[in-house]
Amino acid sequence: MSQTIATPPTVRLDSDVIGKPISRPEGAAKVSGAAKYAAEYNVPNLWYGYIVDSPIAKGKILKIDVDAVLALPGVKQVFTHENVPSFAWFDRSYKDDVAPGGSPFRPLHEPEIMFSQQPVALVVAETFELARYAASILRIDYEVDENFNTDLEKARAAGKGFDAPKGKTGFLPPPKPKGDAEGAFKAAPHQVTGEYTHHAQHHNPMEMFATTVEWLGDGKKMNIYDKTQGAPNVQQYLRKIFSLSKEEARVVSKFTGGAFGAGLRPQHQVFMAVMAALELEHSVRVSMTRQQMFSMGHRPHTIQDIKLASDEQGYLQSLQHTAFAETSQFEDETETVVNWSGILYKCDNSKFGYELAKIDVDTPADMRAPGAATGSFAIECAVDELSYKAGVDPLEFRLLNYTYSDPTENKPFSSKRLIDCYHEGAKRFGWEQRNPEPRSMREGNMLVGWGMGTGCWDASMQKAAAKASLSADGKLTVHSATNDQGAGTYVIMTQIAAQTLGLPLDQVTFVLGDTNLPEAPLQGGSWTAASVGSAVQATCQEVGKKLLKLAQKMDNSPLDGVAFEDVQFADGHMRANEDITKSVAITEVLATSGEAAVEAESSAQPNPINMLKYSMHSHNAAFVEVKVDEDLGTIHVTRVVNAVAAGRILNPKTARSQVLGGTVWGISMALMEEAYLDNNLGRYMNHNYAEYHVPVNADIHKIDVIFVEEEDDHVNPLGVKGVGEIGMLGVAAAIANAVYHATGKRVRDLPLTIDKLL
Amino acid sequence: MNSFTLTQAAAVDEAVSDFAGHTGAAYLGGGTNLIDLMKENVSRPTHLTSLNHLSALGQIEDLPGGGLRLGALATNADTAWNPEVEVRYPLLSQTILAGATPQLRNMATNGGNLLQRTRCYYFYDLATPCNKREPGTGCSAINGMNRVCGVLGTSESCIATQPSDMCVALAALEAVVRVQGPNGERTIKFEDFHRLPGDQPELDNTLAPGELITAIDLPAQGYAKNFTYLKLRDRASYAFALVSVAVGLEMDGNTIKTARFALGGVAHKPWRDQAAEKMLEGQTASPDLFRQVAAKVFESAIGYGPNSFKIELGKRAIVRALKQATEMDQALDSNAFLNTNP
Repeated sequence: MSQTIATPPTVRLDSDVIGKPISRPEGAAKVSGAAKYAAEYNVPNLWYGYIVDSPIAKGKILKIDVDAVLALPGVKQVFTHENVPSFAWFDRSYKDDVAPGGSPFRPLHEPEIMFSQQPVALVVAETFELARYAASILRIDYEVDENFNTDLEKARAAGKGFDAPKGKTGFLPPPKPKGDAEGAFKAAPHQVTGEYTHHAQHHNPMEMFATTVEWLGDGKKMNIYDKTQGAPNVQQYLRKIFSLSKEEARVVSKFTGGAFGAGLRPQHQVFMAVMAALELEHSVRVSMTRQQMFSMGHRPHTIQDIKLASDEQGYLQSLQHTAFAETSQFEDETETVVNWSGILYKCDNSKFGYELAKIDVDTPADMRAPGAATGSFAIECAVDELSYKAGVDPLEFRLLNYTYSDPTENKPFSSKRLIDCYHEGAKRFGWEQRNPEPRSMREGNMLVGWGMGTGCWDASMQKAAAKASLSADGKLTVHSATNDQGAGTYVIMTQIAAQTLGLPLDQVTFVLGDTNLPEAPLQGGSWTAASVGSAVQATCQEVGKKLLKLAQKMDNSPLDGVAFEDVQFADGHMRANEDITKSVAITEVLATSGEAAVEAESSAQPNPINMLKYSMHSHNAAFVEVKVDEDLGTIHVTRVVNAVAAGRILNPKTARSQVLGGTVWGISMALMEEAYLDNNLGRYMNHNYAEYHVPVNADIHKIDVIFVEEEDDHVNPLGVKGVGEIGMLGVAAAIANAVYHATGKRVRDLPLTIDKLL
Repeated sequence: MNSFTLTQAAAVDEAVSDFAGHTGAAYLGGGTNLIDLMKENVSRPTHLTSLNHLSALGQIEDLPGGGLRLGALATNADTAWNPEVEVRYPLLSQTILAGATPQLRNMATNGGNLLQRTRCYYFYDLATPCNKREPGTGCSAINGMNRVCGVLGTSESCIATQPSDMCVALAALEAVVRVQGPNGERTIKFEDFHRLPGDQPELDNTLAPGELITAIDLPAQGYAKNFTYLKLRDRASYAFALVSVAVGLEMDGNTIKTARFALGGVAHKPWRDQAAEKMLEGQTASPDLFRQVAAKVFESAIGYGPNSFKIELGKRAIVRALKQATEMDQALDSNAFLNTNP
């Protein structure tokens, strides 16, 4: 397998399909129900597992009375820590690719209860309904340990914080301090000190987590249909725990109905399903209920302190940002929270900090724009507050403190057109008509507020592989084990492949979500387009090279002696760049060669030199209008303009959908989302879709997405930065800032529910 | 969900006797609440008497003397969009449409709406103590996440609220509930239908065992000229009221002749305060008067921390709802302005 180091873009800008709003090829299958999700593989002779979870937050299982349950006709087994074999010697066998430091949770391993809703048993029966009923009568006696704490504020007051440790892939510790942040703060004429909080938030994708294991009756061979953001990560996890070969544990994930980070780590239902299938030597499905999805990761409750100061003109003099976040007792979940504050603004005196505290909950997890959504809310609110103190328009304030290089790493950005996001966004929004005075704008008896916020996210790339096969009839199939959680992977990879080999879109099929395919990273971090896209491009180029060789073997080949770099692929033909009449149809090449297909496999990985030289980030600027009924405390987000600079946009239709979704999530974070944790019981109480609120259609009004395209030769071969996270950033802060502009009231604790505005 | 048997009753008498003939029976209407409760194991009936073939209970018909009878099995959607209801009882129509979602309203019945159980988080979660679900276990909400709980008429054993929107309007409209049970038929004034928790929070209402709601009778006065339903909630749809107010007024110029109003989201029943209504009658509508009335309603309110805001919010909601109803200026509805947004 050859390797390609990232090089400047080779996809032509006059492309037919790249950059075009192409619809998803799988769209019809999705809306007609033909697309199968993990719990929809109706393999023959299937048994069903139902998870039983702990009602207590801390303690120990004393006794499990399984007799009554096993006596029910149709119940096959009850798995608990008492009868589940110890599969792996070491807890590190349970570590997946993105596990944080600490000791991962091992389902059904021991009697200790470490968090409320911890899975404690799996009941397997012939039907789902029977398994569910049987689970409801399973009697478990617990020894309750009242000595637990789920209150982060309490942990903080008790001095339980510790510096966030390294250990998780991708986690960056806070930037080093610069200058004299405290001294500069004290000396500055304008100061803001603020504490900003949000509480635990749960991902709640539409598709609930589920695994269907098809027992193939050939040794331990299984097809494992799982809801995940990365089949390879799940496979590695299962192989380590259950000592399985790649052939035995084939993991398939063709469609994922949203996951937003909840599907990065293998969840306990996949352990349960595979364990039960192995023990019973039978096909088993385990699906979670909506309520159970509050037991598997959440955006951590985080308290942030910011001290910000500027001179008379509004130039930043001191920037201090610290975060204090929860983690579980057994793992140290870390997010990069405060770093982007240092990347966004130029300031000679800065100081950052990030601490964790252990409380008795399940381990938090990455959730869309992990860390950045948290940090961006705090810093962008604080910047807004300081702009008022300095008497400078919030947009002007950001322009004054704009930086063209990354202050935390002292290197240039590979590209950064945030300034154009500011200008174009402000123009579309009509920002110049804003009366800067709080409470100055009204419509009827509603107060109107305009606010803005900025976001920054990493433009990452991971190593990824792909293979391609071009058959004699001119049909191209490209494969990679990547994932599509709704982001548009299927369509953009199809576009890249079609573009690279100059084939019509309907001749190209992209296949993903199967561990039998070339390895690809988890779908997360907004890196799929860059990583898998570059691998697809490299692989198709390999096919192109082979085609050229075959073409040059033809009698009187028009491409005789032409180098690959001088050939273009378009309209199903290969042509010499210098003289496009020197052309041959790809199907003709294949027919003449007598080959049944031309195949290639290749991979792509980040260019280490470019990574050393450049800081690579996407940016956005969100402008928001709110209308507030001051008497009743109701807030309506009536308008959002979200301007995004994220390199090249491969598909403006799916990219816009990503940013729309992110914007809606920003509104959701600002106004609605909070898992209500009862600290007496150590339990999330609104653990269902009726009471954990996300917006309905009626809450969402006008959203305008602008893409400020960046030409970036450094970031990766495609020049893309990814749009999965960036759209969410800045929105929650913009709303809080708009509410201040409308009402003169600063609320620094999300969500901005009615009670906080009264 | 436990196993259960099911009977499709063909007549009301048959339903009542079928129910009486089975221990652990429950009546099944649209099922939009009962089935959820069964899935959560909050409710474990061993027998269901389905009412869905009782087409006679699905009617909406005029009553002699100018009232309207809403069949217990008529759906919330059919009731809200019924032309007679829309014209004569627009308050009821608006109130129904402020609740749940179109899908739920298509299934939910009028009788079932009166019987929906509280949405207190603890009631739904078997892992937690709850006096309403399991008498004697204690109330977790009093010192817990009680943001959605009540502030009026609460007791030490329960601070849950009745979650219906429709019932708030029915309380203001002074509806009458018709029931049939093993001992024959009777009527219950709406204000007597739901009860306060006291020390028996497991009882939501005053129905005797086996009694079945057959209809809801609306009096002739529908307050179709001056009315409002103001619902304050965490999102624009599919969220229960934090506080809601249904108002029906009879006006003579700027003078309030008759006033009826009720609150949702604040108590174990739709909250009516007849002394507060009297304060309005014969008076000229004014913000000061409305504020006095609002203060009166919440005189005895008790906040429990997370839900304490409901006291102030409730007062403001009353003032706003009365203002809207007297001015009949629906543009003041907190959502209406959004429709004209550029």
